[in-house]
Amino acid sequence: MILFSKVSKRYPGGYEALTDVSWHLAPGEMAFLTGHSGAGKSTLLKLIALIERATTGQVFINGQNLAKVGRWRIPYLRRNIGIIFQEHRLLFDRTVFDNVALPLIIAGHGHQEIGRRVRAALDKVGLLSKEKMYPITLSGGEQQRVGIARAVVNKPPLLLADEPTGNLDPELSLEIMRLFEEFNRVGVSVLIASHDLALIRYLGHRVLQLDHGRLAGDTGVVV
Amino acid sequence: MAQAGRNPVAAEGARVARLNLRMRLHTWLLRHLQTFFYTLGQIWRRPFNALLTAAVIGIALSLPAGLHVLVDNGRQLANSWDGSAQISLFLQRSLSERHVQGLIDELAAMPEIAAVRYISREQALEEFKALSGFGEVLQMLEDNPLPAVLVLTPKVEKGLGPEALEDLLQQLQTRPEVDLAQLDMQWIKRIYALLNIVHRGVWVLGSLLGLTVLLVVGNTIRLAIQNRRDEIVIIKLIGGTNAFIRRPFLYTGLWHGLIGSFFALILIQLSLWLLAGPVAGLAGLYESSFSLHGLSLLTILSLFASGCLLGLLGSWLAVGRHLRDIEPS
Repeated sequence: MILFSKVSKRYPGGYEALTDVSWHLAPGEMAFLTGHSGAGKSTLLKLIALIERATTGQVFINGQNLAKVGRWRIPYLRRNIGIIFQEHRLLFDRTVFDNVALPLIIAGHGHQEIGRRVRAALDKVGLLSKEKMYPITLSGGEQQRVGIARAVVNKPPLLLADEPTGNLDPELSLEIMRLFEEFNRVGVSVLIASHDLALIRYLGHRVLQLDHGRLAGDTGVVV
Repeated sequence: MAQAGRNPVAAEGARVARLNLRMRLHTWLLRHLQTFFYTLGQIWRRPFNALLTAAVIGIALSLPAGLHVLVDNGRQLANSWDGSAQISLFLQRSLSERHVQGLIDELAAMPEIAAVRYISREQALEEFKALSGFGEVLQMLEDNPLPAVLVLTPKVEKGLGPEALEDLLQQLQTRPEVDLAQLDMQWIKRIYALLNIVHRGVWVLGSLLGLTVLLVVGNTIRLAIQNRRDEIVIIKLIGGTNAFIRRPFLYTGLWHGLIGSFFALILIQLSLWLLAGPVAGLAGLYESSFSLHGLSLLTILSLFASGCLLGLLGSWLAVGRHLRDIEPS
């Protein structure tokens, strides 16, 4: 699903965020990405989402070499990746329903299809009753679940999450992580950047550890 | 065997492709329809900003369009005055007063002539003294050098063009009492020339104000893009193409242009309505039935077309310029 081959990323100004990183995430696999802040977690996710490009080395997503993806094809590639952000990044002038519907509208689905899929996604995250509310009226945990619903509504084969539980208490964090496990169980590949080590250890999935831009540890596939 | 097996597959592929094309066209139209109503709803929810922009556009559009209407009216007026050209007959100086009176009666009886006005040599001298400022010099002359003049107003007949007037002029010129016959159409020509200048001015003004509309819309859209910066980033992150992001802004520009055109129409009609009274009064003084006519259908259509086009173009320029700078980081 994701393949990094000797990837380095140097930002303009000379700061090297990633150095010679190689790893592989199999389809249907779930993994955590940890490391101190500034270790390169965000950069690694940005390379996958094509927000940044690798300086050297190659990144493959679903067999596609990202170096060979032109500017105009980036949107179509991103539609195959559900991205979940720490700060939720919801549109506050639209209802929960409209927020979740956005990826489907972008992809060009019909009206009925959108209604059906959005309600299914909201049902999955337990927010079906709040579809007409505005995100601002929801709690932090609920907002994050709206973000997750939006990420999965398009049924992407890969989910990326950047500190999805960063602002949540432990109980809510576990709830969110269980949600990711559920998606993983139906075949979605999941990569979660997090520094909540206790929670990660408790969940017991594969862990990749970054340290100053280098891959310092990989527990490998946990059976 | 293999040949037979391949054909249905190819046909299937073609059908799927055609179906996809139709579906894609369908969703494309649906998208446009959605954006159409979405942007209209946005304006509806916050009408104040949109109306402000539309008012500026309306004023900018109404100036050239309104002037265009006035020039049109001026042309109409000049046309209707064409027939009221006057012929001046400069008489032989040796002609006696009694002879002149006979000529006046004769001319007044002609069917082509509506009225005859007589300016005697003395009247002509008085007029010249008053208007030229050479009064002192003229007093030194023993004799009055000016001829008597008959000012004829030809009868205005429909279909009687300038040629008929020229014929009448020729006829009068050959009379022994007449020294010189002159058709006085100069001022009509001058009015036409003036109207042409004003008309050209309307185009210049129109171009400048069109540019203003472009800048106003461009600036409004630029602000809208900056206000929605976060939204644009999010849409880009979840796979929205530039075309998808651009579309609502283009529609917003179109709406601004359309509402602005409507404003302009109202402003022009209001001005015409305000002018109609005084113009009717003035026409009454000239015993004319002239009245201001409003915008023609063609003018209204071009007003709306240029408004929409300028709105679209302005937002297109702004979106093209600013959308590229907004990328997720």
